[in-house]
Amino acid sequence: MFELLGVPPQVLLGQLLLGLINGSFYAVLSLGLAVIFGLLNIINFAHGALYMAGAFAAWMLLHYLGIGYWPALILAPLIVGAFGIVLERTMLSRLYHLDHLYGLLLTFGLALIIQGLFRNYYGISGLPYQIPDLLSGGHNLGFMFLPNYRAWVVAASVLVCFGTWFMIEKTRLGAYLRAATENPILVGAFGVNVPLMIMLTYGFGVALAGFAGVLAAPIYSVNPTMGEQLIIVVFAVVVIGGMGSIMGAIVTGYMLGLIEGLTRVFYPEGSAVVIFVIMAIVLMIKPEGLFGRPA
Amino acid sequence: MIRKLAICSVAWAAMTGSPALAQEIAVKLGVLNDRSGIYADLSGEGSVVAARMAVEDFKAADKGMKVEIISADHQNKPDIGSNIARQWYDVDGVNAILDVPTSSVALAVADITTEKNGVLIDSGAGSTSLTREQCRPTTVHWTYDTAALATGTGAAMTKAGGKKWFFLTADYAFGHSLEENTIRVVENSGGEVVGKVNVPFPAQDFSSFLLQAQGSGADVIGLANAGGDTVNAIKQASEFGITQAGQKMAALLFFVTDVHALGAETAQGLSLTEAFYWDQNDDTRAWSKRFMDIHGAQPTMVQAGVYSGTMAYLAAVEAVGSADDGKAVVAKMKEMEFNDPLFGKVTVRGDGRAIHDMYLFEVKSPDQSEGEWDLYNQISSITGDEAFLPMLDECDFTKM
Repeated sequence: MFELLGVPPQVLLGQLLLGLINGSFYAVLSLGLAVIFGLLNIINFAHGALYMAGAFAAWMLLHYLGIGYWPALILAPLIVGAFGIVLERTMLSRLYHLDHLYGLLLTFGLALIIQGLFRNYYGISGLPYQIPDLLSGGHNLGFMFLPNYRAWVVAASVLVCFGTWFMIEKTRLGAYLRAATENPILVGAFGVNVPLMIMLTYGFGVALAGFAGVLAAPIYSVNPTMGEQLIIVVFAVVVIGGMGSIMGAIVTGYMLGLIEGLTRVFYPEGSAVVIFVIMAIVLMIKPEGLFGRPA
Repeated sequence: MIRKLAICSVAWAAMTGSPALAQEIAVKLGVLNDRSGIYADLSGEGSVVAARMAVEDFKAADKGMKVEIISADHQNKPDIGSNIARQWYDVDGVNAILDVPTSSVALAVADITTEKNGVLIDSGAGSTSLTREQCRPTTVHWTYDTAALATGTGAAMTKAGGKKWFFLTADYAFGHSLEENTIRVVENSGGEVVGKVNVPFPAQDFSSFLLQAQGSGADVIGLANAGGDTVNAIKQASEFGITQAGQKMAALLFFVTDVHALGAETAQGLSLTEAFYWDQNDDTRAWSKRFMDIHGAQPTMVQAGVYSGTMAYLAAVEAVGSADDGKAVVAKMKEMEFNDPLFGKVTVRGDGRAIHDMYLFEVKSPDQSEGEWDLYNQISSITGDEAFLPMLDECDFTKM
């Protein structure tokens, strides 16, 4: 039988599929970051905390109001997005004229505060959240058992990623957004409400984080540190894809998920660092990132 | 004559001494643990609550003892823990330090405690080194250690037919030592290890590793990790139908708060070893209810251990008559036998290891569980002599 480095092809296929699933989370999260950076020039370090807040929002909706997974999939991102808009209006908007570093420091501080508050009220152990009945169980694909929920995660993330890309790159609204990033004063002079657009963009970017949080709630532990662990990887994804490149973030997200999946088979100890190794190599060869435009 | 009588009575009073005039024994206890990080739920403020309950139940005030409790967060960092311990002993006049989860911090604090002639009653840390390679005459290790957990879960599951084991091991010192302890027990019980994978720490996604475990044909998947890692691994094992397909999951370090976080639906059927569970008998239930009323969650074995350890320590201080000489108090503890409402009969061995029964539990299914904290069925009990490693001769401080 054909084997690759002692690993049978079925196993490899299974692991690739799993990598794709993890890539889905990377893609949705890095997409949000790329949208925010590309259009607002803010390095949003609070992204991980807002991803966590999305998962907690889903739990709270269920626990306090009895609202299940499906409505939460819409409601939780809306809640997180609204919260993001408040942050943008009250704090971030004051920093646009300053260096990137200030936005980074502010959002980093916010991330610590949000995380601390959740830890204070809900403890560190995490909270239970079940897979919705409709998606429980799974299918035997021959080479692996694919839980229905994971299949759904891939589908939902592809849909959301494609939708966002389409909106920004192919619609009139997206064209306004891109123009407003290039030259806000000129676009404002044409009668476009630029501050409103920026506010909604930030809200949308963090809503994506909230969406990823709800997707993650049934399969990962819902606890205050869940975002902290993921955010660094996601930043690496954005850097590899090219800061601010929408397509770059999406493609790199899936691709790195696959590479990480393969590393887990061939050299599991290295799976936590492989993304950063790739990041270092990419930065040396093509500092603007794989899909970035040279500055 | 009257004058003589007066002198006599004064002298008599001075010799016998009334209770009001007796020297009060002052004791200061410091609860040093994780109050904000990954062990905050299993130790944290709950351990402080437990220590306070112990002082109350010991009726220290009636016995002429003035006990004060302070607490601090060591953030799971040995340097921070060491600094606090030094300050407590040098400046604040602390006599004993309690709890101290995270083995690296516990080992550092154990050294400082010996240097300052204090007492360390450790409940939260798991390393066997506390009473072996780095045993100290002022250390008492109360609740559990990784060897006891490995013996409980490893031996019981192997004997119950789980002959082939696959390990998912957190790739750092703790994970490797837990794996090593368990492998020894599994092999001694007639089992074999069919594979293992070192998982980077911390990890969110275990699906790749679980699939490798599934493909190995093992009967039991041993999780040599802790906290959020274990929670994630179990959650995903249930998602991938691994537990449903008949492979058993063995959590080698898992607490009731972790099971509560998973919920009975996901955690059902999981085997684990603990020294204490709130719903074991009338005593544990009564005590846990009081604890729950104050703290809002059921106690973990670590918190229960802080209570029992504090009770035992105070009894020894009372017997010695002073808390100043830590070595003497610990030596006294090793002579005494404690009949504890939570841990039953407890003795402290020459090396400082507290010996008591351990219990193998299985997590209930949702239909068996009658409440959010109704989580365990007790499968068997393991005597202290079986559960803990034998004492090393060079660590028997009663012979020195």
